[in-house]
Amino acid sequence: MGSSSEQPVISVRDLVVGFRDRNVLDHLSLDVHRGEILGLVGGSGSGKSVLLRTIIGLLPKRSGTIEVFGQDLDCVDDQTRQALQRRWGVLFQNGALYSSLTVLQNVQFPMREFLRLPEHLLDEIAATKLEMVGLSRLDANKLPSELSGGMTKRVAMARALALDPEVVFLDEPTSGLDPISAGDFDSLIATLQKTLGLTVFMITHDLNSLHAICDRIAVLADGKIVANGPISAMLASEHPWVKSYFRGRRGQLLEHSHQQTPA
Amino acid sequence: MGKWDGYRVNSDLSESSLLTTVVHPSTTTIVGSENWTAPNSARLDRLVSSLLSASERPVHTTIDMSGVQAFDTFGAWQLARLERALNAPGHEVTIVGLPQHYTDLFRAVQEASERASRTKSKPRQEFTGPAAVGESVAKSATGFLLLLNMVGAVCAAALRSLRRPSTFRLTSMVNQLDRVAWQAIPIILLITFLIGSIIAQQGFFHFRKFGADDYVVDMVGILVLREIGVLIVAIMVAGRSGSSYTAELGSMKMREEIDALRTMGFDPVDVLILPRILALVIGLPILTFIGSMSALYGGELVAWFYGGMSPEIYIARLKEAISITHFKVGMIKAPFMAFVIGIVACTEGLKVGGSAESLGLRTTASVVTSIFLVIVLDGLFAVFFASIGM
Repeated sequence: MGSSSEQPVISVRDLVVGFRDRNVLDHLSLDVHRGEILGLVGGSGSGKSVLLRTIIGLLPKRSGTIEVFGQDLDCVDDQTRQALQRRWGVLFQNGALYSSLTVLQNVQFPMREFLRLPEHLLDEIAATKLEMVGLSRLDANKLPSELSGGMTKRVAMARALALDPEVVFLDEPTSGLDPISAGDFDSLIATLQKTLGLTVFMITHDLNSLHAICDRIAVLADGKIVANGPISAMLASEHPWVKSYFRGRRGQLLEHSHQQTPA
Repeated sequence: MGKWDGYRVNSDLSESSLLTTVVHPSTTTIVGSENWTAPNSARLDRLVSSLLSASERPVHTTIDMSGVQAFDTFGAWQLARLERALNAPGHEVTIVGLPQHYTDLFRAVQEASERASRTKSKPRQEFTGPAAVGESVAKSATGFLLLLNMVGAVCAAALRSLRRPSTFRLTSMVNQLDRVAWQAIPIILLITFLIGSIIAQQGFFHFRKFGADDYVVDMVGILVLREIGVLIVAIMVAGRSGSSYTAELGSMKMREEIDALRTMGFDPVDVLILPRILALVIGLPILTFIGSMSALYGGELVAWFYGGMSPEIYIARLKEAISITHFKVGMIKAPFMAFVIGIVACTEGLKVGGSAESLGLRTTASVVTSIFLVIVLDGLFAVFFASIGM
């Protein structure tokens, strides 16, 4: 990735997270570098969302260290933690939009809380952000319950980007979307990543998005990262799960296209 | 600033170096510096607004961005705003010195804000003034129709179950009966005991003044059996079980569980609502009976320790004072009140929309409406029993 000399944006070392008598993540280590799109894959229940939620501080860990922007979140005071949290945005799997606020108010919410902006500016900037994720102002006054799945994801994306974060965490951004909408959303992520210079940490099951936009893929199995590298490395990997995932019946289609148009 | 041989204007802008205007005979230059990012955006907005509020717009403007160290969508939006405002017909704006890696961001924001400014948002339909009054009248009318609809649906479901008893959800009803009646017994016992004691204490305190101690038993007996027993229990059940019915059905509606039932060919009224309402209709009279006894017992204890009336005398007085009619009047009302509470709670539960807020609103509405209707019903029963001489 070339940027390995630079300090990683997120650095996870020897992370152990468990519930009751089971360790879901078992001495896991992972780096995310500035400006890359990292795709995290793994079987259902392998702990992908647990890893994401632990990094953003929603779940407690048993041991290990997590450094974001070079700072260990356990060793900072509340004010620094809040300042760090403003530098990342999170897109939750089901959007997690505030159901009693309109689309526009959802996007404005972080700006209104953190940035003391005048009302007209909040309206204009939020409308611009909605346009950037492909939504029109006509939808701005809808409530989350009136949105389709794809629109919910777009609004959640706009809200995650409200404060111009440096890192965005995406939890299955394309799940539940039809292939065309998923493809559109993938290219939206790629475009935003390029224009805003984002670092993207993305959990996905979508082989197409892994292939199309991820710079690097990390595979989570048995509580560890078992494979880590670009898609070509995944196709060459001998780990049984990785093999069946990328070279199974569904993966083969991709491998085909990958060989025809080497990235 | 050495390379500009003009002079600075806009002294009010000197508080900040984010934006400086330099006027030159042929062209006006706006120089940006520092961080054009989210934390500075409020300051930047003030500067841009005051710059644009000037009555005369320069013909040639150059915006020099080479001094800007950091730039994000907030800064890009302000730059796009400046450019759009100054770029009127007959005017000319050039942006120079914007670092290469920010131009993509600027173009994207410029396009998006352009699109955003072209479309007007559709305001949510909200009524004000007389229209709001009309809306609320129409709403309460539909609310009443929905209640009637629920009554009809529950009666139809009950008839269906009568015709084919095997389809009735007995397990579900027993489970609900456990929750609304059995588990409610301790709190009902406690509350009605206290109410009975308080009535007796107040009776002794005031009746003693004119030597009417004996009539306290009449008052406690009649009041508890006819009115207070059933009313207190119904209000408790509306708060305790009515609210939980609304919240349960409401969150099931939000999570599409009710739609799932429908698509599998089940009628939610059969599966969810009929067992719940029947449980209330069976449970509330039982609770009323238990509650009334507890209140009479509370009255007895107060009579004994506070009024100095032995339990034997209390019971003897009670036998004289009350008749089976008083007991019947109270008990007859109980299932009707239970039905009203159940109907209101289930109707409100199914009215829940997509938001968490509406769940809270509906639960409140359920408790308030059912308590109100219980009291109205009690009044109607009072008139009815008086006219038939009970």
